[in-house]
Amino acid sequence: MIKVVFFAALREQLNCAELEVNAGENTDSIAKIKQLLVEQNPQWQETFNNASLLSAVNHEMVDGSHPVKSGDEVAFFPPVTGG
Amino acid sequence: MSVLSNNEQLRYSRQIMLNQIGEAGQQALRNAKVLIVGMGGLGNPTALYLASAGVGNLYLADGDNVEISNLPRQILFSEDDLQNNKADVASEKLQQQNPEINIEVIDEMLDAELGPYYLDLVDLVIDCSDNIATRYLMNQLCLEHKVPLIVGAATGFDGQHLLVDPRNPDSACYQCLFPASEKAPVNNCQTIGILGPVLAIIAGMQSLTAIKLLTANKVAVNQLSLFDGLSNQWRQFTLNKQATCPACGQA
Repeated sequence: MIKVVFFAALREQLNCAELEVNAGENTDSIAKIKQLLVEQNPQWQETFNNASLLSAVNHEMVDGSHPVKSGDEVAFFPPVTGG
Repeated sequence: MSVLSNNEQLRYSRQIMLNQIGEAGQQALRNAKVLIVGMGGLGNPTALYLASAGVGNLYLADGDNVEISNLPRQILFSEDDLQNNKADVASEKLQQQNPEINIEVIDEMLDAELGPYYLDLVDLVIDCSDNIATRYLMNQLCLEHKVPLIVGAATGFDGQHLLVDPRNPDSACYQCLFPASEKAPVNNCQTIGILGPVLAIIAGMQSLTAIKLLTANKVAVNQLSLFDGLSNQWRQFTLNKQATCPACGQA
């Protein structure tokens, strides 16, 4: 299993704090996990198509091509620029 | 570095008392030159903490005037200050709080033309701005001038904090975190709102990092701190310098 967590405003937008996905070929990268989440939740498409969304694997910031394996924790959150 | 006066010894006694600060640290604060970019919700408490802690030379930059919708969070300003320049008003209030420090007002938002002049003068930049364009510019200028940059940001209940130190070859920069080629977020304080205390927490973190950095205490680069004001939780994420970063990469 791969644990997926949503932080900050993203959690409110999706109305979801965390979920799990099965580890496999369709979840072996950040980009593929995003794709799977959108397939399972079409209403999330707009949010996940936002290129500025930040991602982390096991508390390390990574880009979309980063590999993901069983047991990893994947986090998504939006950048903040206000002040 | 001249010794502290009796008055300074008394005024700053509670922070001099800390082993990590001491008299040498207080002298370092007094000699420091810090540019604060943006005198809004983050800039207000940051400037107030640094001025009162005895940071000797502050450069405050903001081109905007005080508006009534600023007052719930921009705590240096009152109704009498409406329509006056934010950096000007902040300077006046801070000078009352601490007449011993030097404050220079820059009553316009720093741009690529004006920025380099000030980057040559300062030891540290604190980004308290409210837009991505200024954030990229400050990152670029700090990289070029090898000046450390403390980035803070907040919207809604969320805040982020990151130290970039271009003097350290391994330090990631703001653009490593958030590549410029990608779409800028549309959310800001005007579109989704903000609460004063969320800004205060991020500004407090920026001020603390600034004081530690200026007093030669250990500070962490490559660490993005994320604050969630609904659950009151901090989360830390490790960031790596990106070899392909258009701002600080090798390419």
